[in-house]
Amino acid sequence: MALLKITSPHAHGPMSTARVMQLVMLATVPGVITLSYFFGLGVISNIIFACIVALLAESLVLILRKKPLQFYLGDCSALVTAILLGIAMPPGSPWWLIMVGVGFAILIAKHIYGGMGYNPFNPAMVGYVVLLISYPLEMTHWAAPLGSFEGSTPGLIDAFSALLFGHESVDAVTMATPLDLLKQNNSLLIDDLWLQNPQFGRWAGLGWEWANLAFLAGGLFLLSQRVFTWHAPISMLISLTIMSLFFYDNGSSASGGSPLFHLLSGATMFGAFFIVTDPVTSAVSNKGRIIYGASIGVLLYLIRSWGNYPDAIAFSVLLMNFAAPLLDYYTQPRTYGHQKKARNEGDGK
Amino acid sequence: MRKVWDIHGGIHPQQNKSQSNQHAIVSAGIPDQLIFPLSQHIGAPAAPIVEVGQRVLKGQTLAAAKGFVSVPVHASTSGEVIAIEQRVIPHPSGMTAPCIIVKPDGRDEWITLSGIGDFTTVEKSVLLKRIGDSGIAGMGGAGFPSAVKLSTRDDHNIETLIINGTECEPYITADDLLMRERADEIIEGSKILRHLINPAKEVLIGVEDNKPEAIAALQQAAEGSGIDIVPFPTKYPSGGEKQLIEILTGKEVPCGGLPADVGIVCQNIGTTVAIYRAVKFGEPLISRITTVTGYACKEQRNFEVLLGSPVSFLLDQCGFSQEDCTRLIMGGPMMGFTLENSDVPVVKTTNCLLAPTREEFPPPPPAQACIRCGMCAEACPVSLLPQQLYWFARGKEYEKLEAHNLMDCIECGACSFSCPSNIPLVQYYRASKADIRQQKQDNIKSDQSKLRFEARQQRLEREAIEKEAKRKARREKAHAASNDGSGKVDAVQAAIERARAKKEGQLSDPAQAAIEKAMARRSGTEATAPRDKASLEQAVASAEKRLASASEKLASAEQEGADTAAAFRVAVDKMTAKLEQAKTALTGFVEAPVTNTDSDPAQAAIARAMANRQTQENLSEGDKLEQTIASLEKRLLKARDKLTTAEAAGDDNASIMADAVTKLEGKLADANNQRANKA
Amino acid sequence: MIELINQHPFWSAIIALLILGFPFGALLGFAAIKFKTEGDPIADQIEELLPQTQCGQCSYPGCRPYAEAIANGEAINKCPPGGETTINALADLLDVEALPLDAEHGEESVKTVAFIREAECIGCTKCIQACPVDAILGAAKQMHTVIGSECTGCDLCVEPCPVDCIDMLPIETTAQSWSWNLPKPVEDIIATDAGTGVAA
Repeated sequence: MALLKITSPHAHGPMSTARVMQLVMLATVPGVITLSYFFGLGVISNIIFACIVALLAESLVLILRKKPLQFYLGDCSALVTAILLGIAMPPGSPWWLIMVGVGFAILIAKHIYGGMGYNPFNPAMVGYVVLLISYPLEMTHWAAPLGSFEGSTPGLIDAFSALLFGHESVDAVTMATPLDLLKQNNSLLIDDLWLQNPQFGRWAGLGWEWANLAFLAGGLFLLSQRVFTWHAPISMLISLTIMSLFFYDNGSSASGGSPLFHLLSGATMFGAFFIVTDPVTSAVSNKGRIIYGASIGVLLYLIRSWGNYPDAIAFSVLLMNFAAPLLDYYTQPRTYGHQKKARNEGDGK
Repeated sequence: MRKVWDIHGGIHPQQNKSQSNQHAIVSAGIPDQLIFPLSQHIGAPAAPIVEVGQRVLKGQTLAAAKGFVSVPVHASTSGEVIAIEQRVIPHPSGMTAPCIIVKPDGRDEWITLSGIGDFTTVEKSVLLKRIGDSGIAGMGGAGFPSAVKLSTRDDHNIETLIINGTECEPYITADDLLMRERADEIIEGSKILRHLINPAKEVLIGVEDNKPEAIAALQQAAEGSGIDIVPFPTKYPSGGEKQLIEILTGKEVPCGGLPADVGIVCQNIGTTVAIYRAVKFGEPLISRITTVTGYACKEQRNFEVLLGSPVSFLLDQCGFSQEDCTRLIMGGPMMGFTLENSDVPVVKTTNCLLAPTREEFPPPPPAQACIRCGMCAEACPVSLLPQQLYWFARGKEYEKLEAHNLMDCIECGACSFSCPSNIPLVQYYRASKADIRQQKQDNIKSDQSKLRFEARQQRLEREAIEKEAKRKARREKAHAASNDGSGKVDAVQAAIERARAKKEGQLSDPAQAAIEKAMARRSGTEATAPRDKASLEQAVASAEKRLASASEKLASAEQEGADTAAAFRVAVDKMTAKLEQAKTALTGFVEAPVTNTDSDPAQAAIARAMANRQTQENLSEGDKLEQTIASLEKRLLKARDKLTTAEAAGDDNASIMADAVTKLEGKLADANNQRANKA
Repeated sequence: MIELINQHPFWSAIIALLILGFPFGALLGFAAIKFKTEGDPIADQIEELLPQTQCGQCSYPGCRPYAEAIANGEAINKCPPGGETTINALADLLDVEALPLDAEHGEESVKTVAFIREAECIGCTKCIQACPVDAILGAAKQMHTVIGSECTGCDLCVEPCPVDCIDMLPIETTAQSWSWNLPKPVEDIIATDAGTGVAA
């Protein structure tokens, strides 16, 4: 056998990109199960259809770009985007909505920029924001959580019926989310708001709190697998906690909601561990990631409390995606043997 | 337990050390051929001092150090130098370099060795020279000349001496076995180093905690010596010099600086033993411990190898199977380089030969896109951002690479190891570093070229200016001279006229010329008269002489009865006439001033010259005739001679010659008639 | 006052402009002296980036004139010795688009150094006069030789040589100067490479 002439190192670690992606997918499982339990199997139909669209879109681009399908599909990055977007969309979304969102995410947000690793913005969040702006009605059509009404959540047949024929075909109950309620509230004390609406649970929204805890568990699993570092998600959660604590106002009618409410509402944990941690679009150094995560936390709270949208993971993340290169520039770590940070790039072009 | 620090990053690859550290070190023996590259160290290559065909002894210097940062090369056994030529050297490039080839004679005959019994009584410079002369260069991998490293500057206050027994790379166990088996020599060597360096604080031997036997052996040997054995947690790359310094002392070597800048000197375990043997026994560095491992070898173990032994010689002793091996690595799996053939020799820095199977180290899969996951940054021991460096390297953005401290990269491979996308990051950095270095050199050269170009331009300009100035000066001088006055012009005019006059004179009758000359002389001084008299007298004398010689010739001709006698006679007559003439001229001249004192002497001369012409004309006619006759007679004689010889030889030309003779006879007759008429 | 201005809007405007003009003019004049720049710094910066081979392949007599020409709007892709690197650096400096090398002026080739076959040299000094950096040593009727370390590989000495004894030799790689090349970029994997298991 001919001897290879290659550069060192010759040994390689066990980690591979596909494995990273597979771990991320695995870590979404508890969250997906919890969501399905509370909001029906519409979540599952979302994810399955999103995955199909994503694989088709990815294949199309790869064929157009004359790239080997097996090699590039094998990195599972398209699937991860699809799953994340599927989770983020309201359960039981119609097929065209999913197709537009995933199609935009894969074709425009990912491949127009050069494919995996080159996209400046998180593709799932770009797809989500496009849908949210284009189809605000469909995108706020959240099913009521189990236990907030009489009856059961949509089953598999209902879910696929909604997927194929739209919500009108299914006799499902929808309700405003707890974040919507809090936003619209302008006269009630927090405690009264809690009592008057069945959507609230022990700490936050009914179902939402458990889904968030499930995503937290998944995130901690990824952290233990060293898929990402703690810096961005933890700093985001801490900054969100501090912001909400600051504006809690002891539960008055003008209160922004308790820290626990914010941590366990909406997409907080999902965002913190599955969106903010997307390495491609975040800052690179650990210090940069701390600033990146903390800024997302602050933006998240600002938009939730004073913006036009009840939840704002997507907007905050995209805004900070813009800032990532700047953060990289200012947060270069101190290299061994250097007294100060070397920042002599001049004009920073 | 001593406090140890932690380094940033680092990785924990599979150790794979147990395959080779189960057996004791054995000697590999003497191979058929030894190859000694002249450059086995950092610095200038050594210069050969042996000749092809020369017999060398074990330990004899083959090549001497050239310059300060250089070490000599020694023969590792006795034998004959059979060649000094280009051979493939152990280098990632797989290129050739000059090597000395020795064919061992099997006798293994040492040179005379002289050790230093008590090193404390010897001058430090003597010890350093001994270490340098023994060819010792860092045996951990870099191969920096040890004597240079140990020659610390006076302004460096050394606090700590560190002996590096880390051996953090997977698979390699050479230092491990050395520590287990030769702990005493290590401690003794450390004492020599301590004596040389004289550290103010401490001597530390740093060993990773995955080598408990080695630690125990060292601790036992170091008992009471004041040398600390410091175990610390296993992590790659703790064995890098800078990393070990940080682990043991918490200090960082400043960028671009030396460990001595923070009061530390670091030496490898193997080097320490080599120094001990060099000082104690006078043995130069001719062998080292090398691990042969990897599953393509049936037997994996450590050898004491003679430097210069071919790699194949070692592999053959281990049941190496070429079929199973995909790459042959010199060094460890993290920083070692691949060899393209196994004929290269073991050199001073060869700590390991790794022959893995395809299963052990599969060929690298194609690289995927970087997802900026940051695992490389987490692994980097010097806190770089490898993912950023990767982007900049691909974009060839050298300024940014330097701003991100690419040059501080130690190429340990931790980033590539942990990259989930299988990107060969280290290769990017190596290529970029080389490019940056090249670019710097090019810049220096281009600056120099610019200087030289400008200097040349200046020189040309200066020369042009000087030339112009000279030309100008010349022109001005000429101009100034012409403006000086009319004298010059007159002179020129005169010269022209003179030339014209000369020309006319030449054309006209010589007598006329003489007249003119005489007229011109009229304005001349009186001094010309005696001069003329003298010349006349001279003419008379010379005529007399010539007459005498002509008469002589005539006499001899007559004696012989030659035909030419007649001609001679004529000549003598002529001469006599000339003499007479000259004499009259002389008497005339002498008389003239007396008789015509008032009259113009020139006038007289004119008259004389005219008279002269007359006589000469008269004379020359007869004379000419005489001459013609004489020459004709001569030619006739010759022609007759030739005719007789031609007839004798029966030549075809005889008739032509006969014609010529008759013609000549006719001419002679004519001439004689003329003479007769005149007479 | 205001009435006056209203009555003579034209003249008051002129006067106002003059009043403004003097101090600003003075300010500009002061600035021109205070912040005076020596020479043409952009040409200097351009010259820094040029390889200084002084080969004249750009059709300018040396690197400095070409730098000045670039500063005055000449194209940046006329320097074959500098090649792509120089073009990119110039594009970066001048903030213009990096053009491909203008083939009319030659192609980027490996670095060379002139070498005189000394046995054939007749000592005519023509190459010495041609060398822009004085890197050729010799005198009339004496053999010439090239100072390798000073030679820029500009080619200019080859043409004037009457006996064609100058070769341009590529600079050889030794083990010391050898280095790894940049790996092939990821993008180069195309469909046909799939599954070959070879590193990019």
